[in-house]
Amino acid sequence: MNKRSAVLLVITLLVLLYGVIYPNLFLVNLSLQRDGVLTLANYREVLSQSIVLEAILNSVGLSVFTVLLCAIIGVPLAFLFERFDFPGRRIFAALAALPLVLPPLVGTVAFIFLYGETGILAHGIQKLFGFERPPWSLQGWAALLFFHTYTMYPFFYVLTGAGLRRIDASLAEAARSLGASRTVVLRRVLLPQLTPSLIAAALLTFMTSMASFSAPLLFGGNVRVLTLEIFTARQRGDAVMAVTETVVLAIISLGALIFFQRYEGTRKFAAATMKGAPRRRAAIASGKTRVLATILAIVFALLLVLPVATLVLVSFAREGSWTTETLPSAYTFANYLRVFSEPLAVEVFVNSLSMSAIAAVAALLWSFCVVTLLVRRGRGTVFDESWRRLLSLLVLVPWALPGTVVAVSVAEAYSGLSSLPGSLMLVGTFWILPVVYFLRFMPLVVRALQASMEQLDPALDEAAGSLGARAWQRFTRVTLPLVWPGAVAGTLLAFVIALGEYVASVLVFVPANRPISIAIASELRDFNLGAAAAYGVVLILIISISMVIAGKLEKIRG
Amino acid sequence: MPLLSLKNISRSFGSTRAVAAVSLDVEQGEFFGLLGPSGCGKTTTLRMIAGLEKPDSGTIQFQNTDITNLPAEKRGFGMVFQNYALFPHLNVFENVAFGLRARHAAKAELSERVASALELVQLPGYDKRAVDELSGGQQQRVAIARAIAIQPALLLFDEPLSNLDVSLREETRSELRELVTRLGLTAVYVTHDQEEAYALCDRISVMVAGRLMQTGEPRELYDHPSDIAVARFLGRNNLIKAMRLSSSNTDDGEFKTLEGGHKLHLPVTHAILSPMDQPVFLAIRPEHVQIHTNGDSGTNSLRGNIREIVFAGATSTVRVDAAGLVLEALVLQPDGLTVNQECTVVLPHDRLTLLQNQSG
Repeated sequence: MNKRSAVLLVITLLVLLYGVIYPNLFLVNLSLQRDGVLTLANYREVLSQSIVLEAILNSVGLSVFTVLLCAIIGVPLAFLFERFDFPGRRIFAALAALPLVLPPLVGTVAFIFLYGETGILAHGIQKLFGFERPPWSLQGWAALLFFHTYTMYPFFYVLTGAGLRRIDASLAEAARSLGASRTVVLRRVLLPQLTPSLIAAALLTFMTSMASFSAPLLFGGNVRVLTLEIFTARQRGDAVMAVTETVVLAIISLGALIFFQRYEGTRKFAAATMKGAPRRRAAIASGKTRVLATILAIVFALLLVLPVATLVLVSFAREGSWTTETLPSAYTFANYLRVFSEPLAVEVFVNSLSMSAIAAVAALLWSFCVVTLLVRRGRGTVFDESWRRLLSLLVLVPWALPGTVVAVSVAEAYSGLSSLPGSLMLVGTFWILPVVYFLRFMPLVVRALQASMEQLDPALDEAAGSLGARAWQRFTRVTLPLVWPGAVAGTLLAFVIALGEYVASVLVFVPANRPISIAIASELRDFNLGAAAAYGVVLILIISISMVIAGKLEKIRG
Repeated sequence: MPLLSLKNISRSFGSTRAVAAVSLDVEQGEFFGLLGPSGCGKTTTLRMIAGLEKPDSGTIQFQNTDITNLPAEKRGFGMVFQNYALFPHLNVFENVAFGLRARHAAKAELSERVASALELVQLPGYDKRAVDELSGGQQQRVAIARAIAIQPALLLFDEPLSNLDVSLREETRSELRELVTRLGLTAVYVTHDQEEAYALCDRISVMVAGRLMQTGEPRELYDHPSDIAVARFLGRNNLIKAMRLSSSNTDDGEFKTLEGGHKLHLPVTHAILSPMDQPVFLAIRPEHVQIHTNGDSGTNSLRGNIREIVFAGATSTVRVDAAGLVLEALVLQPDGLTVNQECTVVLPHDRLTLLQNQSG
């Protein structure tokens, strides 16, 4: 190992030690302590409470049903839109991934405005048919599953679509020529090859659902989930209970990760390297099916857009103009003026933008250290395989853990007394949120940069070396110009997700770093619906612009 | 004094020994080939010369200085990669200028040298083109221009023509040789294509399974492979298993083939004669095997029967069975030959080679 690699390794390990290893071990240790003795007493106590057991069951059950529903919706849609062509296809395809970039809290608020019991839809139906009471309430299991399906089906849609594009069309043709019917081709040829995509989608959906917080908080009703239990335990000041529940949540999440990845490992297919037949989308010729598919595309596109449209509408509603009416009766720019002129409101934007930017840039810089160590270069690697695997596992841990866990572990580990040399008190300071954002979203940046680096032909670096370029010249003149689009795209993604972050923020924010999401929640609590919506719309605008830039950068890379 | 000298260099990857104790010398101004089947360690050897790979043991000397541990960027050797490794984010000019910029060349000198390098590879006026707009042949010329622009002390080629189609490959081959000679450069050229190596190189080292088997001029390798592995790799050799007879004397070896029991004579010095109780291999090129139908019976003439005649354009392959010993002969016109015909096969004694290393 040369001097440069040693420096990178030290930086990498320090971040992992302080950010990942120590806080999580601290948390586990805390959960095992009672009156200074190492014991399982906390677990016995916590797990004997029926309310906690119910929360565990609810979390797991909600996640399992979410996975099933998202698969049922997402996979057929991917088949329909990836394999067939019909009017309206592009409209839906362009919007399909929209829910992925919608911050969960903003989505939740939009759902309440649209589908809530006093929302536009329920109100409209009530008025239309003259019901005395709203026809439904957005509460409990149904509401949670509806919202989860809306926000998480894109995992299945996007990954299945990508999987289908990868499959060599001549395989299906070969099966057909051997006498297999369409259903046999689907079952024996296509689905087995899609398994890795489906497992990846199921994993993402399950983990996201386990970590879900905004929807259970705002319309979970009596369905109490673990993330919510941890939050209320901390609000009550019951630190031991919160910590123990956090460890339980972490164990379930990591267990799911291991389970899915083990299964994934058994189903790997070598990518076809031979020249495959190009696959074209089949045009749907039959008139009726064509009309049906078109209608379906339009309906789904509307379903995707409506929550955002509602949010925009409500953001222009004058205060008090939307109480008994189906739609707001008077419109104004006042909400936006308020969001942009009140010092407190402006501060919220400054906070979120600066904290997310700090976290994202730090993640980008750090990623270069990690990825340099992780990526196999032409001249051999810094480490052998098993160390590399351990390193990438450690980097991924904060991604696998729910935001609640990351926030609680950092909050507990850096709340004052600490046995770790050089550790700081973060709790109560501005810096706790940038740190938490960094830890939560740096895996995204590492992944993006790693993907770009791995695409890089190692011969380019060698060619630069043989032409006399030193290590630093090779990095700045060859590596950097080629990987920056991918790296910046990943950084932007981390930035926008941090911008709308709520789950972790709500646990550790202080007045000095109040982010946008907290402001939205408190406007909502004060029934300033217009202002809450205005915050949401501005957030969506910033996110959209960033995503368009990221998309352009991805194209440069390709 | 050789320009470049490898002494006993070895390199392993995990448990596989890619290069085992290779020693070779390259003289100033020489076009030197490293020839061998894929996976024989020739590219690894080249990469060690370039400094892209470190030998586990052994030393590399250049102009009598030990450069074994010198990083690639300090060696000043130009290298042309198999996939060209052109920088996709830089245009043709910047690709060629890359090494000069790394050396902080003055602006005027830089553009002059880039222009002359592009001139040399017949791509003048292509400066502003993006590299992905170029054809494979043009990309390959840019890669060569980039390597010669730094006025390399040694030019290294890693199968640079293998991505070109056949006609372009032959054209580029002769241009390449001409260019290297004109610039007075020394080159080390890795290839698995023996025809390419014969056409380009002054001397060639044949590598098989990580070992350097034989070094020599193309003609020498072709006519007298020293070793069965080399003979097999250099293709289309009749390998004849035989035992040495006690009647052999200095300068005249006498052998009896195991198949067919024919007696064969060939001039071998006593020093390289093998022990009598072990079978050895004799090799002869199919084009040196003569077929007569008029009953000739001189030295090394065997009676045989034509088994097969395969027409392959300019030449035809005739397979003859001489009492169990099957031999291949290459003839220009198989006129007057028919399958099942009796004939005489003559193996001229100066064309027969006794293979040295019998390990293969």
